[in-house]
Amino acid sequence: MSSTTISARRGPMAILARTGRMIMPAIVLFWLAMAFFGYWVAPYDPAGIQDADLFEGMSRKFWLGTDYFGRDMLSRILAGARYTVGISLMATSLAVASGVLLGLAASAIGGLFDAAVSRFLDALISIPSKMFGLVLVAAFGASIPVLVLTLAVIYLPGCYRINRSVAVNVAALDFVAVARARGESTLYIMIREILPNMVGPVLADFGLRFIYVVLLLSSLSFLGLGVQPPQADWGSLVRENMPGLPYGAPAVIMPAIAIASLTIAVNLTIDSLFGRHARDGVR
Amino acid sequence: MEPLIDIRDLRIRARTTEGHEIEIVKGVSFSVRRGEVMGLIGESGSGKTTIALATMGYARYGCRIAGGTIRIGETEVTRLDGKGLQQLRGRKVAYIAQSAAASFNPSRPIMAQVIESALIHGLMGEAAAHEKAIGLFRAMAIPQPETIGNRYPHQVSGGQLQRLMAAMALITDPDVVIFDEPTTALDVTTQIEVLKAFKEAIRDRNTTGIYVTHDLAVIAQIADSITVLRHGEVQEIATTPQLISNPAHEYSRKLLAAAEPALRPSPVTGEASVPLLRVSGMSAGYGLVGPDGMPAVPVLRDIELTLGRGRALGVIGESGCGKSTLARVVAGLTPASRGTVTLDGVDLAPGIAGRSREQLREIQLVFQMADTALNPKVPIDEIIGRPLTFFFGMKGAERDRRVRELLDLTHLPASVRDRLPGDLSGGQKQRVNFARALAAQPKLLLCDEVTSALDTVVAAAILDLMAELRRELGLTTMFISHDIKTIRAICDDIMVLYSGRVVETMPAAALETGHHHPYAGLLLGSVPALRTDWLETTPAASLQAQGVPPALSSAGCAFFPRCTRAEPGLCDTAVPPLRPLPGGIEAACFRLGAD
Amino acid sequence: MNATIGRLLLTRLVAAILTLWFVATVVFVITNLLPGDVAQELLGQSATPEAVAGLRKALGLDLPPWQRYLEWLWNMVRGDAGRSLVNGSPVAALIGSRLGNSLILAGITALVAVPLALVLGITAAVYRGSVYDRIVGAGTVLAVSVPEFLVASAAVLVFAVQLRWVPALSQLGRLDGVLDVIRTFALPVLTLTFVIVAQMARMTRAALVDVLSSSYIEMARLKGAGQARIVVWHALPNAIGPIANAIAFSLSFLLGGVIIVETIFNYPGIAKLMVDGVSTRDLPLVQACAMLFCGAYLLLVTMADIAAILANPRLRHR
Repeated sequence: MSSTTISARRGPMAILARTGRMIMPAIVLFWLAMAFFGYWVAPYDPAGIQDADLFEGMSRKFWLGTDYFGRDMLSRILAGARYTVGISLMATSLAVASGVLLGLAASAIGGLFDAAVSRFLDALISIPSKMFGLVLVAAFGASIPVLVLTLAVIYLPGCYRINRSVAVNVAALDFVAVARARGESTLYIMIREILPNMVGPVLADFGLRFIYVVLLLSSLSFLGLGVQPPQADWGSLVRENMPGLPYGAPAVIMPAIAIASLTIAVNLTIDSLFGRHARDGVR
Repeated sequence: MEPLIDIRDLRIRARTTEGHEIEIVKGVSFSVRRGEVMGLIGESGSGKTTIALATMGYARYGCRIAGGTIRIGETEVTRLDGKGLQQLRGRKVAYIAQSAAASFNPSRPIMAQVIESALIHGLMGEAAAHEKAIGLFRAMAIPQPETIGNRYPHQVSGGQLQRLMAAMALITDPDVVIFDEPTTALDVTTQIEVLKAFKEAIRDRNTTGIYVTHDLAVIAQIADSITVLRHGEVQEIATTPQLISNPAHEYSRKLLAAAEPALRPSPVTGEASVPLLRVSGMSAGYGLVGPDGMPAVPVLRDIELTLGRGRALGVIGESGCGKSTLARVVAGLTPASRGTVTLDGVDLAPGIAGRSREQLREIQLVFQMADTALNPKVPIDEIIGRPLTFFFGMKGAERDRRVRELLDLTHLPASVRDRLPGDLSGGQKQRVNFARALAAQPKLLLCDEVTSALDTVVAAAILDLMAELRRELGLTTMFISHDIKTIRAICDDIMVLYSGRVVETMPAAALETGHHHPYAGLLLGSVPALRTDWLETTPAASLQAQGVPPALSSAGCAFFPRCTRAEPGLCDTAVPPLRPLPGGIEAACFRLGAD
Repeated sequence: MNATIGRLLLTRLVAAILTLWFVATVVFVITNLLPGDVAQELLGQSATPEAVAGLRKALGLDLPPWQRYLEWLWNMVRGDAGRSLVNGSPVAALIGSRLGNSLILAGITALVAVPLALVLGITAAVYRGSVYDRIVGAGTVLAVSVPEFLVASAAVLVFAVQLRWVPALSQLGRLDGVLDVIRTFALPVLTLTFVIVAQMARMTRAALVDVLSSSYIEMARLKGAGQARIVVWHALPNAIGPIANAIAFSLSFLLGGVIIVETIFNYPGIAKLMVDGVSTRDLPLVQACAMLFCGAYLLLVTMADIAAILANPRLRHR
């Protein structure tokens, strides 16, 4: 899949693209910060029932309205960033780190090791991700450590496949043959020769993988199979406020928009970064 | 007489990845009279293909024709709209591309593609077009002209496809034909046949053409006059005889000098030198190794060679003959499945794992593409410094000093040390490639097509560097190439590979003289010489000699199917051994000296 | 058809069956790795040891794992998925009553989404670099980044709550006339289409851009061929493989999408059944549904592979 890089052109598109390039990373950074400080930044106690109606609309007092208990939605979303961003970040890091390691090893060692790991993980890919998530949650329950591991396991095979193919392409280049002919160790070749040439693709893959993980985690929570009450990530927030949908309460749509703002921002940020990295390679 | 093609002040701009535009063709003017062929010659980036495409009103993605006029007959190409361009292309101006294999649609039979332009332009009915195509196939000496059109592109060899593409261009009897490096992708023995077919077609039809190439010897056979291009600007326009005998512009002289590489004198003379490398009974390839020591996909069979200390051995052969594998086997990258590799009297283990660090140091490999041979993320001083640390434990100031010495030795400025390979030019990268190999202080240097990816002028400078290194360091080198002119310029001995076997070895001096193995003879005779009558005075190889080398067979001479002197019952039953001939030549042929 | 193609197709089929077997094993292993004891869990902490032992025997949990595995596998092959732990009815019957609904939903979505995505992808590739292409590109990036339930709730807000065109929930059973069918399926199909069209259009565009930048397309242009002829006669036959792959890959997204959509619209399909099964930890039901979804996925991927093999001229004309 190719990335859609909006290249610099004249006219309003250019201005849009340039501001877009500034805004998107800013949104990503904002949510990253909220994952750490959201709980303290929140204007109200996220769990505290306020002096308000249920499913109140947006107001000066409650910027994003109130939820089905009359709690402040803005505070709940800010606090929920901890779970959505935190769990996704941990799971993605785990999946990408193992994927890179295995992919590198497979490319540098090759032979039977490569074949065995590749076959096994490729077979796992043929389990659709949501299905895999449901089966794992059905078996192990939905505690946060289980969720992190589940999400990591689900996305490891795809991650491995990409990183292996990148690593194999690099390993086929002549400078790796030169290092081999010099008698360098496999570890040296993996870390000093192959890995530096994987940085761009690995970062791009990390971002894409992160989006998938956020979406899957939110879906699981939305189904009531992810983060469990009283803890609430953005998916859970949508779920618990679904009864407000017929009234058009912002409590339903706002957490979903928070998810979309994160995933879209990450997607567009990778696009602009990816473009720059692709150019590095050409140069 | 009014010229048929008249190009004035042509400017073409391209958009870079950063989004701004740069001019890649900067005000080029030339004209071609009816019935003449204009050669456009230049190195990569000279804009020669871009100009040729512009005569059809075509600019590749990201490029546009920004100024100037292109007149063909009565038509001003730059003023045509989409419809007008469609009527021009394939009808008045036809195109023959560099790679026929890529230019034929893999999903459609050949005939449908050959007659496509005749049908699009409504020139004739389908039956008539078939008839005409078959006639053209005959004229192009394409085998099985009646039925070849029913095949798909992948079922036909590269040389035949190239001629089929010429038939495709000529089907509409266009006023102008654009030849865009049409023989560059072919092996020399195939190239000569295609060139002959083109030359005949051009003469018979009184074709007006533009012939784009980087090869002066090729264009000398076809073109009436030549335009020399560099960085999108015309350097010189002259008639062909005038350009090759008396070029006016300094750059033309450089091109001319590079096209016929001068012989670099060898530091070693005579046969007195001691053998450094010996390979005997060696076979190698890919896949599982059978009980007889032969791999599932053999690439090399029963290789014997001896390389004297300080000498340079050239290994030559066409693509797929196994010459690069030979270098990999000696370096240990592809372990031999049978036979031995001996360096300085010591048998080497087949694979890298079995060789000592000292043995690895003594053999260094320099690869063809400096782009892929240098890690793009590692700065130059680390690239050159790593072997110093690895083999000699050098660190800090000592290593730094040695890196500077090596840069100096390869004529690179010390300022490149902190740069990444991407910041260097192609020639500079190849020098870094050499510096890294020399850092190990090897006894034997293996050079795999080290000049093939470079423009001729830059390649000539690399050859000079190699000659200098041999002289100063007394290096023993194995030089692998498909280009006889390059090999002759630098090597003392030459070895010819065909289909994984050694068919001939000879001293470089014996190249022009003496009796050769039929394949070696064909190869030598196919290299275009820099004179206008070479193509006409060189006899065509028989039809049988064209075609694809067969799969490596164990019974009989590998060249048997293509050989004009083959004797059934003898040549296809036993593998001929290398036998000495006059002039220091050894050839693997039963028939040499037989008649 | 020739021997090479036959052999390749056979290899694909065998690979698909082996993968399905592997998937079955993974599903069995995971669902039998439960930290607790299923019998204990079902009966609660207060159950007597005798009762737990009895249930263990009834569920076959007293048998060694490999024997249970073989038995389960054999039953799955025969189409016997056991009984629900929650209400005791045969899983096959539970699934059977819902499967049709899910297939209808998926079928209608595919009918709408595939042509739409192909048109978007192909036109974007043909007008590559134009404003239209950039709008399609930006739109599809947004669409793939958005969770399905946002699309679904936004659709409900707009079409059911604000405009009152359609009911918020799907109710099968009283479909009188075309209008009712449209009303019932409009929102679920709209949501699913939105999700998969973006993916499919992006992949189709990429595949076609790849083909359109090849030398033989340039050659066709230089022979004077028009745009329509270039796309239809020259490019598309060479893009069949990748486009089939794009369709299969995106339709497999449908499998994930229905899980959310059936839940949000309360649509009585098997995805909803499975989600309920997970909530109640009804393992036989979850196993059977998982196998069904994985089987459907493998079927799609294998069909795309077969299409690619059959469309490859190098294999077709040896």
